[in-house]
Amino acid sequence: MTNFAWLPAFKAHLEREHLLIRGESGTCLAPARCLEIDPEDWAKGGAEAARFGLRWAGLWADRDALGERCTCVLENAGDYLILSTRPDGEALASHSPWYPAAGRLERHARDLFGLRFEGLDERRWTRHQAWPEDRHPLVDALPAPGETPPDGDYPFAHIPGEGVYEIPVGPVHAGIIEPGHFRFNAVGETILGLEERLGYVHKGIEHLARGRDPAGLARLAGRVSGDSTVAHAWAACQAMERAAGLTPPARAVWLRALFAERERVANHLGDIGAICNDVGFAFAQYQFQRLREVWTRRNADLCGHRLLMDQIVPGGVACEPEALAALEYDHRHLRKALAGLFDILEDHPSLRDRLQGTGRLSPLTAAELGVTGYVGKASDQAFDLRRDDPYPPYDRYPPDVPRYQAGDVAARMRVRMDEIGISLDLMDRLLGDLPKGDLAVPFTTPEEGEGLGCIEGWRGEILSHVRFAHGRVARFFPRDPSWFTWPALEHIVQDNIVPDFPVCNKSVNASYSGVDL
Amino acid sequence: MLRILARVARTGNLAEPLEADLEALGAQMKTLAERRFAGSLALRAVDAGSCNGCELEIHALNNPYHDIERFGVHFVASPRHADALLVTGPVSRHMEAALKRTWAATPAPRLVIAAGDCACTGGEFGVSYASCGPVAGVIPVDARIPGCPPTPKALLAGILAAARGRRD
Repeated sequence: MTNFAWLPAFKAHLEREHLLIRGESGTCLAPARCLEIDPEDWAKGGAEAARFGLRWAGLWADRDALGERCTCVLENAGDYLILSTRPDGEALASHSPWYPAAGRLERHARDLFGLRFEGLDERRWTRHQAWPEDRHPLVDALPAPGETPPDGDYPFAHIPGEGVYEIPVGPVHAGIIEPGHFRFNAVGETILGLEERLGYVHKGIEHLARGRDPAGLARLAGRVSGDSTVAHAWAACQAMERAAGLTPPARAVWLRALFAERERVANHLGDIGAICNDVGFAFAQYQFQRLREVWTRRNADLCGHRLLMDQIVPGGVACEPEALAALEYDHRHLRKALAGLFDILEDHPSLRDRLQGTGRLSPLTAAELGVTGYVGKASDQAFDLRRDDPYPPYDRYPPDVPRYQAGDVAARMRVRMDEIGISLDLMDRLLGDLPKGDLAVPFTTPEEGEGLGCIEGWRGEILSHVRFAHGRVARFFPRDPSWFTWPALEHIVQDNIVPDFPVCNKSVNASYSGVDL
Repeated sequence: MLRILARVARTGNLAEPLEADLEALGAQMKTLAERRFAGSLALRAVDAGSCNGCELEIHALNNPYHDIERFGVHFVASPRHADALLVTGPVSRHMEAALKRTWAATPAPRLVIAAGDCACTGGEFGVSYASCGPVAGVIPVDARIPGCPPTPKALLAGILAAARGRRD
């Protein structure tokens, strides 16, 4: 966080390009700063942000009393800058020419909100066949329930050439995972291209959020992506608390961080095992699943829920965890177990042979796509909100951020191994300084107002936008890090062999539910 | 090799006592699988719209603590090999056709188990323009396992109840 030391230079840059800033505010989505621009300047805004080197971090549409509004989040050096405009029926320029990962979020806003973009991939994204093209569920009358035909005629890109064949996979996959469709173009065993078709688990989260009270929204946010329940609930609660102008008590904040780190460790443990399993190293799979199970059972001892669902509530946390004293022993025990296991993983030539050089994401592509989390950190993008824009309690405990350049499956696994150790140290410090006091403050729902939550989940940066109107939630948009890691996967598998797709996919482990919403 | 043997000698037997309730459920499951399913009950997991919380707990059924294969229950990669479908999530409208086709591809007699609150009742998501709600609204359901998400033990108990209720 640099307190926007770069912003005057960026604004001067925009002025030179004759981009008119209609309004500026440091309060609307604080601590982010907002610039209001004209719809016809939307293209310039994207182009100049890219030239200035800002990371494109998300986009959503909204409609308030003054009409429709499009909001785009940019990040630089840990500071968030919001560009917003009121298109008023006009088409906006797509930012996808400068930010290739922007397209899917824009297509999502188009499908659900009817926002029009020029220069955008015209194919439907979140919409399949459940409602007609001219119907936009978040603004028009809701499409009637009814039987939905399969999304059969989606125009996939075909790669012409002798010997090129297509492999359709999904939506129902062979393993115990979420549904989505993958279309491979391959020659022999080599993948020429992968195209993802998601949206299968779209269940109308943004629509369901409307009219909820804060507690109801926190519950819903905890189910945006079940494996990130703590992080998404925290992000939504942080957004609501910022909108309401209240600060949760210190003990609650410390416990939230403890839960978030526990979620990070649990998922990393499970994924390291699964990555090894995908290259046939079952020993590691069983060891890591065992450790994950022990860890998950402790969650149940602490709060009565194995995944820590519904523990973060607006204003604080739901309950006082029991058995906190056991955690220090757990951490010591886990460190010891991992020291032995990591030793084996690092010293296993056949494992190294399969993971090193497999599924490479170059630092350049990673930067263009704006990926965060372990996928970014393995490809030289070392952004971590807990260090770069720390929210309490991380301002007191800035964590180390692992950074590698190789960008392969091995590097993504290495980041997870490092992060487990860093989280364990962090949790020891959190427990050592755990403040006494209340678990929550009463949450008074603001009549009007909006807030932006920014939380480092285990997958990376989560943004959560909440707007209240008439004392109820009027708009909720959770932006999972998977919006950027899914497009990264398309790059990652290129030139790899088809049988390595599962391990590439597992090393990224993007959420389907988190982006289908 | 010597290092590993030395470690085995040094570490000794760390096996934890078996969990009585899990073992009791498992023993019943095993007897039932042997009697009614020729030794093994083949399950096909279908996520019809879940938040992926249920999938984490279904995965946990296969970890060394539960290891339900030893009770004669295993997950298969194709519905054509399955005795039962274990369906999670409210059925999103975009998954409706895929779920029906998966069900049609499962040879009869087949069981359908709705796993998790969303699959049982629609849960947090209910029925909307995007969600058909409970699985029973889309395909016939034989058994329900509530929970958000159900614990691995609740899943095993539910699978056992479903297998028991099967009409021969």
